[in-house]
Amino acid sequence: MPNPPGRLTPMPATVQHPPAMEGKINDFVIKIATVNGTGSASANQLLMKALFRMGIPVTGKNLFPSNIQGLPTWYEIRANAAGHGARSAAVDVMVAMNAQTYTQDLREVAGGGVLLYDATWPRARQLQRDDITIIGLPLARLVNEHFPLARVRILMKNIAYVGALAALLDLDLEIVKTLLEESFASKPKLVTANLEAIMLGYNAARAAIDCPLPIRATPLTATAGKILIDGNSAAALGCLYAGATVGAWYPITPSTSLMDAFKAYCERYRTDPESGERRYCIIQAEDELAAAGMVVGAGWAGARAFTPTSGPGISLMNELIGFAYYTEIPAVFFDIQRVGPSTGMPTRTQQCDVLACAFASHGDTRHPLLFPADPGECFTFAAAAFDLAERLQTPVFVLSDLDIGMNDWMIDELTFDDHYRPDRGKVLGAAELDKLEKFHRYLDRDGDGIAWRTLPGVDRRGAYFVRGSGHNRYGAYTEDAAEYQDVVDRLLGKWQTARRLVPAAEVHRAARRTPLGIIAYGSSNAAVREALSILAKAGVHLDYLRLKAFPFGDEVEAFLAEHQSVYVVDQNRDAQMKSLLTLETGVEKCKLHSILHYNGLPLPAQAVVAGIEGALNTEAVA
Amino acid sequence: MTFIPKPRVGYPGQPRNALGLTKEDYEGSLSTLCAGCGHDSITAAIVQAFFEMAIDPTGVIKMSGIGCSSKTPAYFLSGAHGFNSVHGRMPAVATGALAANRDLVCIGVSGDGDALSIGFGQFAHAIRRNIDMLYLIENNGVYGLTKGQFSASADPGSKAKRGEINRQQAIDPVAVAITLGCGFVARGFSGDKEQLVPLLKAGLAHRGLALIDIISPCVTFNDHEGSTKSYAHTRSHYRPAIFADFVPPADEILTTQSPGEGRRVVLHDGSSIVLRRIEADFDPADRSGVLARLDASRAKGEVLTGLLYLNEELPEMHDVAGTCRTPLTALDYAALNPGSEALAEIQRNMR
Repeated sequence: MPNPPGRLTPMPATVQHPPAMEGKINDFVIKIATVNGTGSASANQLLMKALFRMGIPVTGKNLFPSNIQGLPTWYEIRANAAGHGARSAAVDVMVAMNAQTYTQDLREVAGGGVLLYDATWPRARQLQRDDITIIGLPLARLVNEHFPLARVRILMKNIAYVGALAALLDLDLEIVKTLLEESFASKPKLVTANLEAIMLGYNAARAAIDCPLPIRATPLTATAGKILIDGNSAAALGCLYAGATVGAWYPITPSTSLMDAFKAYCERYRTDPESGERRYCIIQAEDELAAAGMVVGAGWAGARAFTPTSGPGISLMNELIGFAYYTEIPAVFFDIQRVGPSTGMPTRTQQCDVLACAFASHGDTRHPLLFPADPGECFTFAAAAFDLAERLQTPVFVLSDLDIGMNDWMIDELTFDDHYRPDRGKVLGAAELDKLEKFHRYLDRDGDGIAWRTLPGVDRRGAYFVRGSGHNRYGAYTEDAAEYQDVVDRLLGKWQTARRLVPAAEVHRAARRTPLGIIAYGSSNAAVREALSILAKAGVHLDYLRLKAFPFGDEVEAFLAEHQSVYVVDQNRDAQMKSLLTLETGVEKCKLHSILHYNGLPLPAQAVVAGIEGALNTEAVA
Repeated sequence: MTFIPKPRVGYPGQPRNALGLTKEDYEGSLSTLCAGCGHDSITAAIVQAFFEMAIDPTGVIKMSGIGCSSKTPAYFLSGAHGFNSVHGRMPAVATGALAANRDLVCIGVSGDGDALSIGFGQFAHAIRRNIDMLYLIENNGVYGLTKGQFSASADPGSKAKRGEINRQQAIDPVAVAITLGCGFVARGFSGDKEQLVPLLKAGLAHRGLALIDIISPCVTFNDHEGSTKSYAHTRSHYRPAIFADFVPPADEILTTQSPGEGRRVVLHDGSSIVLRRIEADFDPADRSGVLARLDASRAKGEVLTGLLYLNEELPEMHDVAGTCRTPLTALDYAALNPGSEALAEIQRNMR
């Protein structure tokens, strides 16, 4: 018999949990195994937000296949009172809703943990382990009996496991109810149906086992002033607030949601309510070659233009990147890195495009790179990237990755200073041209390597000819040795200016003086911070430098100089950041050691801890 | 090389256009192409067209890719910004520039290598997107800068300077453009300025992409006997199907040139094209008819010229994108930034 909507009275408990189960309060990982295309995303969001609203720091990692429907997919939610948001390799609660992956899912549960499966069908033989609690609930049967429509049943089965977890983990049902009401504000019938599904799971769990489990949630106040957001949405907001008007792109995982979000925000905030006129232009290009060309064309014409892409797109964009570097046209590239080489694993994460972007295109080229560590920095660095690109008149790369871009991170609420004004760089208008005897495009008048530029359509005295072929400081074609060298040497001078303008690296000192240092960047930050706290408890102290940009500033040189051994964390096989540090700083190569993680999964703190401990043990033995 | 400045040779009493500019104001630096190159005649026709239409060079962008043809934007309209981009990528760069500033008057110059080989995809997609650009293909059937390889527009049976006979099919940009749904498709010949200048003017006035394929013989590598893109061969196989007179908005049309044959097509800016039929049954509004006619002339080895297809009703890129009338580059930052309160509002459903 269906439960009345919103009825919160649980059924009596019938099963005791085994005494072996370890008490973990507000510090656990839930992993949900489902089949992709069955609508589990909204159920997982509901679960994560419920924890967040209870004041418990939480993050979500989506491990999904490159597929539309029918393949295994997982979502990991980590609740951690201390606020550590990196992926944890240990799963405390497995929600095994996909029989295809039972064997693997069972294996991943940490000792003392819990596995919840759908007992509508007989328990599979492989679901046997003595050191964990295995709970079977007939979720599909309950849902099928309760909901007449087949289409609804699939979705509600997912909602039902949220109900079961609410009972097992002691989630606040009032919060769950409020979240449903917010999600379906315009569809009250859906609120009722979802709540019924919640209660089916909730009551079934209470009937099956003594709830809540020792692994559970309890209200905290650690999420005030925080939000849950993915990096691509945050980067899109950064583009919106930076005043970007032209976005050109070719769809590619995992960058697509950046343009989707930009479009959605523009529709809402950049569309004239009366005329419907849009104060932006988004072009879906025929390929990444064209997307890069459009961004370069728009940047030349004076718009703030960007393209979101991933590694394979960067490969194609190389010719226009080199062109923009040599002709000095601002352009912003968001590279949401995924596993390479080639097509690689499109739905897995890596930091594998560092070198490809730093020196993208043939000839002597070098490009500023920004390394956001989380969605908060995707927002601020997006705006910074446009300012840098226009100030330096050059392509700038924001190197995000799939982990930051597509996963749900808890960060401080985004803030925007209404006094912010875009730095459009050295652009001459008619008034400035009036004061000039003659305009020359590539003349370094200020000694900072940055020449003055003009925009088409403004003043014929500013007209010049952009060419990727050899040109002299006046903008004219040249095949003259000295004239050619004069321009590329100035570009190197501009690079020195870039060193002063990009965000400086952040140094975190250990509690104790230490000859050991660790360098990381981008999405590794969360895991490194957690690892450092674990290591500190074990008496191992390291100073930490977090790179925010390339070119490297003086602070990076100083950090390298003052430490005997420096560990460089790279989420790629070939230690790309270590290579870049070796190439671009004065560090002795033997000082640098790598901690590498490149299996495509987000970096866990354990990998960093193991890397440091392994290296220290080796050194001790040697 | 394009660095030779052109001496200015003005004379009193030279004609001025509506802006008070002389033809010289529409010229550029001195051409470094081979003497007799078809491209230089096209440059002269471009200068003539812009001068006669009294377009302010300040508002013009001259776009090109790589190749002999792509050098030519340096040789006209020195008062306009020029952009010599990457091989085959001119359409994308032009698309971006026009997205940013829709008020710019855009002329793109490509060659057959630039448009039909390395840039064939961008050629097709610029048409599909219908960007507001006059797109010229200076078509000589050969790679000149790399010394005489066949291009994709070389006709089957055409002979290379070194004697090789082309056995691959030719890509006809006109037929392809019509198939792709281009709204303005013409073919001209560098040796027929009388036909070319009105085509250029009509193409500039047309809203959306106007493609003109211009047979432009390469005197150094493709002007020999046996070549189907030589001056001699083009002249002997030249077949104008229709003549297009361009009429500026202010000019009242008193009579059509050939009574009963002239048809007036009004363009978006108020100017018009008067089409004079040379072939009685040729109708540039009949897409399948034009394609059939092109096929027939290809079979006969004719070079069919004129304004071959015209459709003034297609939505241009910005119509589709719904972009505001003001160029995006002219918008104030205040019109783009939603402000901190909106940011707080956006984040309300992120907790």
